[in-house]
Amino acid sequence: MARMKFLADAERCIECNGCVTACKQEHEIPWGVNRRRVVTMNDGVPGEKSISVDCMHCSDAPCMAVCPVDCFYKSNEGVVLHDKDLCIGCGYCFYACPFGAPQFPQDGAFGLRGKMDKCTFCAGGPEPDHSAAEYKKYGRNRLAEGKLPACAEMCATKALLGGDSDVISDIYRDRVLKRGKGSEVWGWGTAYGKPDAKPASQPGGKS
Amino acid sequence: MNRLLLAVVAAGFALGVAGCGEQAEVTVYKQGKYQGKPDKDPWDNDQFKSDKNAWEKSVKARNLSQNEYVRITGN
Repeated sequence: MARMKFLADAERCIECNGCVTACKQEHEIPWGVNRRRVVTMNDGVPGEKSISVDCMHCSDAPCMAVCPVDCFYKSNEGVVLHDKDLCIGCGYCFYACPFGAPQFPQDGAFGLRGKMDKCTFCAGGPEPDHSAAEYKKYGRNRLAEGKLPACAEMCATKALLGGDSDVISDIYRDRVLKRGKGSEVWGWGTAYGKPDAKPASQPGGKS
Repeated sequence: MNRLLLAVVAAGFALGVAGCGEQAEVTVYKQGKYQGKPDKDPWDNDQFKSDKNAWEKSVKARNLSQNEYVRITGN
């Protein structure tokens, strides 16, 4: 098994936020915490591009390096996880992360920062698999059920791929070869096919 | 005169090698050692009963089903 990775295809993402909703629902993420979010460049301008962002499970993760209590670890599948029992909520990982992945729920009065929460690639945490403690702290462990992250599996346009990096790279490569490389890679033609040669409105037909 | 020349040469030499003492300013992160609880592999549970191959097969099937070109044509 190679490394588990996410791959976001900006040509396909339609900013539906289905991945965000799937993640929120799957793990019962509290208000104010977004493990995943959709970022749009040039919003409202023709040709805008969206991309779904969360923890990218870096091969050389800066969050792991800067953590003062060393609460991060990497699973054998390359998933970056952390032990919430050790986390002190200092926020160093947030400053180190280039994707803004670490989230901090409000804990107590005056906006006190709680323990860090982030995408687990639906792999739970160091608590026993499928235990109540694991679900409460880290969310559902889909990987231990032989499933892939809910966000990727839920994505309607398959803009977000998740899983074995070799396999999803092959899928993406195949996709890019099929859709071409010019102006046809995005827009109406790609989404709905080429327009009919026939006129849009037939005589006597509904407009 | 010789002393002045010597001083100029010494100053020139000092200026010339001044750049050699520059230190790299790129931070090199050092990984710490994980201090938390150990985690088990995803196949070490009641569902897969430590059968890594069964787990890999299940995940691979899910992986490949993300390729809708294959799903549409049935290839």
